[in-house]
Amino acid sequence: MAQTADVVPEFPMPRASGCPFDPPPALQELQKQGPLVKVRLQDGSEPWLVTRYAEQRALLGDARVSADNTMPGYPTKGDGGGGENGEDKFSFIMLDDPEHARQRRMVTAPFAIKRIEALRPTVQKIVDGLIDDMLAGPQPVDLVEAFALPIPSLVICELLGVPYDDHEFFQDNTKTMVHRDATPAERGQAVRAIAEFLSGLLVERRADPRDDLLSSIAGRVTAGEIDHRQATEMALLMLFAGHETTANMIALGTAALFEHPDQLALLRESDDPKLVASAVEELLRYLNITHLGRRRAAVEDIEIAGQVVKAGEGLIFTNEIANRDPEVFADPDRLDITRDARRHVAFSFGVHQCLGQPLARMELQVVYGTLYKRIPTLRLACRPEDVRFKHDAFIYGVHELPVAW
Amino acid sequence: MKVELEADKCVASGQCVLAAMDVFDQDDDGIAVLLEETPGPELLDDVREAVAVCPAAAIRLVEQ
Ligand code: HEM
Ligand code: SF4
Repeated sequence: MAQTADVVPEFPMPRASGCPFDPPPALQELQKQGPLVKVRLQDGSEPWLVTRYAEQRALLGDARVSADNTMPGYPTKGDGGGGENGEDKFSFIMLDDPEHARQRRMVTAPFAIKRIEALRPTVQKIVDGLIDDMLAGPQPVDLVEAFALPIPSLVICELLGVPYDDHEFFQDNTKTMVHRDATPAERGQAVRAIAEFLSGLLVERRADPRDDLLSSIAGRVTAGEIDHRQATEMALLMLFAGHETTANMIALGTAALFEHPDQLALLRESDDPKLVASAVEELLRYLNITHLGRRRAAVEDIEIAGQVVKAGEGLIFTNEIANRDPEVFADPDRLDITRDARRHVAFSFGVHQCLGQPLARMELQVVYGTLYKRIPTLRLACRPEDVRFKHDAFIYGVHELPVAW
Repeated sequence: MKVELEADKCVASGQCVLAAMDVFDQDDDGIAVLLEETPGPELLDDVREAVAVCPAAAIRLVEQ
């Protein structure tokens, strides 16, 4: 069915008030209309919105679909989405194979399941330490500031080898980097500040390598496999990709569990690591915190679902509604930590699927498996309607989450 | 049933290892390796899950 220009819906759409955990109703409505629907961005461009699970997986896994934001049709401009750091071809997340694969493989080693499992006790110690601090401090406390943000920050800095003293600097700047209201100049400034710092550390590690990811990235420069700028972007990508994402899953996940006390009780009272792991997958599916869609451009004509996506047309993949596709997930709008949600696309799909997912999973398992047991009376310390959600950020979450016990 | 793994497609997501620990492992770079080419029937559900969650279409389960 052909759409005419005046019925093309605008993207992004607002969430319904009072339903902060559900995707925008207008978006879910589009899924019913068809697997591929044209939408209009603020700049007037009209990329395809891929609404359904099967088509999202097929196209995200298709080599004719490019993640390079300089490709014609790439839906970057006009709505604050895409071009996550305001830079073109930013590291391998915005490159296509074979160059993407070449660079990604330089940093896959520390994310292997066994290496991540070996990190679990360290993460457990970090989580326990932060809970000790909260319990010893005043109430109410903001869970975002006191708990959710420090965890991924400490963990990724451990992995990269970034000194802890520089964490506050990192948190301030990454916040600016992802804030939709920040001007391009402010964003650029924040990226440059962090890039300069990491660039300096990479130079140090080249001369004096240690057992950390920065040193192994630095080693690739020494070996002539990448240049110094590529190395800096790679390090920056690790920090940026794992920082607010994991933090928001911790805080937003807790907010969602407060709204679903039966699910919270189930999690709190279980000693089964399998249930905790299952809760992590279900919360990833249900919350899908990367909420403005994955961005791509078709580089060849692609026939799919009775449509032709033409070369040079843009594609937006709203994983949040694919994860609510009733063809795949029964009763999709229900949060049910006992369901098998492993096939969700909260980490996207295809060759760009999240590199940090084993780490993110492990961190969230430790958090969800520890926090509610150690503080069984943990509760929201404000009215639910007073919680402020990050409708305006690239990564969905809560601005703050006041808690008491 | 036989499992086929195209390691050059692998993007080291670790998903197959989580789905079917007895059939898949990873090398030092996180790239998938096959532990069991012809897994017994009790493992086939896990392998099917691995096929379904592999983001890079690197795994296939074929009739022998
Ligand atoms: C719950 C937390 C996380 C979520 C929801 C998440 C989500 C995602 C998504 C949706 C993508 C795909 C981007 C695309 O297809 O365009 C992605 C890519 C990526 N993520 Fe994550 N992520 C999380 C945590 C992490 C962590 C902890 C790290 C690293 C320490 C990380 C590193 C990366 C990298 C490097 C990529 C780019 C992969 C590529 O282009 O090949 N992420 N992530
Ligand atoms: S699931 Fe696929 S991409 Fe991920 S590690 Fe296994 S083979 Fe590689």
